[in-house]
Amino acid sequence: MTDTPLSLAGNANRTASLAASWPRLVGLLLVALVAGFALAGPLLVPGDPLAQSLIKALAGPEAAAPLGYDHLGRSIFHRLASALRLSPAIALAAVATAGLAGLALGTLAAARGGWTERALVTLADALLALPGLLLVLIVLAIVPGTALGFWAGLSLVLWVEFFRLSRAATRETLASPAVQASRLLGFGPAYIFRAHIWPEVGPMMLTAAAFGTATAIMAIAALGFVNVGMRAPTPELGRMMVELLPYWREAPLALLSPVVATFTLLLGLTLMAGSRSA
Amino acid sequence: MSALASRLVQAVMVAVLIGTATFAMMRALPGDAAWRIAAGRYGYDNVNAQAADAVRQELGLGGPVLPALGRWFADLARLDFGTSLVSGQPVIDEIGHQLGASLQLAVAALLLSLLIGPPLGILAGLRPGGVLDRTLLVLSTGLKAVPQFLMALLLILFLAVHLRWLPAAGHGEARHFILPSLTLALGLAAVNARIARDAMARIAAMPFYRFAQWKGLSPRQALLRHGLRNVSVPLVTYLGLQFVTLVEGVVVVESVFGWPGIGHALVHAIFSRDVPMVQGTALVLGLGFVLVNAGIDLAVRRLDPRVSA
Repeated sequence: MTDTPLSLAGNANRTASLAASWPRLVGLLLVALVAGFALAGPLLVPGDPLAQSLIKALAGPEAAAPLGYDHLGRSIFHRLASALRLSPAIALAAVATAGLAGLALGTLAAARGGWTERALVTLADALLALPGLLLVLIVLAIVPGTALGFWAGLSLVLWVEFFRLSRAATRETLASPAVQASRLLGFGPAYIFRAHIWPEVGPMMLTAAAFGTATAIMAIAALGFVNVGMRAPTPELGRMMVELLPYWREAPLALLSPVVATFTLLLGLTLMAGSRSA
Repeated sequence: MSALASRLVQAVMVAVLIGTATFAMMRALPGDAAWRIAAGRYGYDNVNAQAADAVRQELGLGGPVLPALGRWFADLARLDFGTSLVSGQPVIDEIGHQLGASLQLAVAALLLSLLIGPPLGILAGLRPGGVLDRTLLVLSTGLKAVPQFLMALLLILFLAVHLRWLPAAGHGEARHFILPSLTLALGLAAVNARIARDAMARIAAMPFYRFAQWKGLSPRQALLRHGLRNVSVPLVTYLGLQFVTLVEGVVVVESVFGWPGIGHALVHAIFSRDVPMVQGTALVLGLGFVLVNAGIDLAVRRLDPRVSA
């Protein structure tokens, strides 16, 4: 919770438009709330997300476990905090990889044109024709290690959006008189990228990154929910829900906590991204 | 025509990508794939080194990668998907069986979403900033943040377990359709409604629309004659994008509701590393998606002649 005002102030300074509209502020607040819980929660109430105590199975909240216990007597609070660190970490890693790759290939395609551009666009179109979840599933079956597989699969799915955005924006910018003037003055590609292309592409990239993170977190949870995602003892949002589903009458709070946390996180990210046209 | 040609290239690329990926999956499987396939074909009791060798020879599982990949694609080009490693049935028969169930579900969901989303969106778009418009914005933003599996979970808990109105899972009767298709439809309708609302608001503000009202058409006539067709163009265009959501949703929702469709089969195949089934189901889903988009390209041209000009 300590990082809330900091991140708000930082964002407000960096991009006035991001903080100007209130839905984005609310979104930022929701995401900060979840992040604060995931990071600071275990510090306030120390505990182990994997420690079992069958005697406490499905027991209600107490000081050591503020959200009660699951069917194996593990603290929901600590499992939730751990799950809320895991999926966003994978999602952020995938978005960072996809964003960098998409930006690099997108600007390359726009700058080079010709066969480079055609080949990359064809590849991106083919990937776009594959539903993302399908691709992630296939990659998961090839790559050993679930977290690594998610990272690889999600990066493969997400780079296309960054690629398309940066290619379109770069093409437009490169054709502008301003870039022509810079070129005539003898500035190199690095300067043109920093001074002309990035200011155009950057804000779009941030929006796409928020969307991408939400998509990635949804995919990880969805696959966990149908039992093909993270493996059993690892706390993961989708898995937690499917594990607790049979006990919802006995322990509604136990099922409700991952549901509410997931919804809050995804709603926050969606609001942060704003509408697609913005 | 060039649009169709690019869809064709897209389809070929999809087949190549899935073929390569499933080939890599075959190679990356732990243990000896030949043994597993032989076991799938002849039963686990009848497998010996000889049978495994025969399979290895036939499918080219051993040896260098490139010739094996060539044979893999040759099989794919002949539409020979092989037999399922689990059931021993030809993959193409299994898929033919499952595709029907998935299509029924997808069509039901799509129709339901079109019944819910666009009418609300059009009503909201006729009065931008009104109560309905603002309520719809909040609702659709909230719905978009609910992943499909979570929606399924909430609907099951509320409608099936708590109120006991509907069966939580199953297939065969009409009432089994309601929960899975409603799960898919609500997610689609959230997007549908926004698109219809934005299009309607834009069109209602245009001079030709105001002229239609000024020359004496009632609001109803103006909407039917000049509004609907224009609103339908972005709606149909976005349907193509929505099919991604639909196919992904089918994978998740079928698994949750135990619907015997192609998405359920894919998840099972992945779970048991049944590579021929993975390849077959993934190909059908990917190519089906390209096919639907090609159809949508054509539909948009018919609805809006300006596109082809």
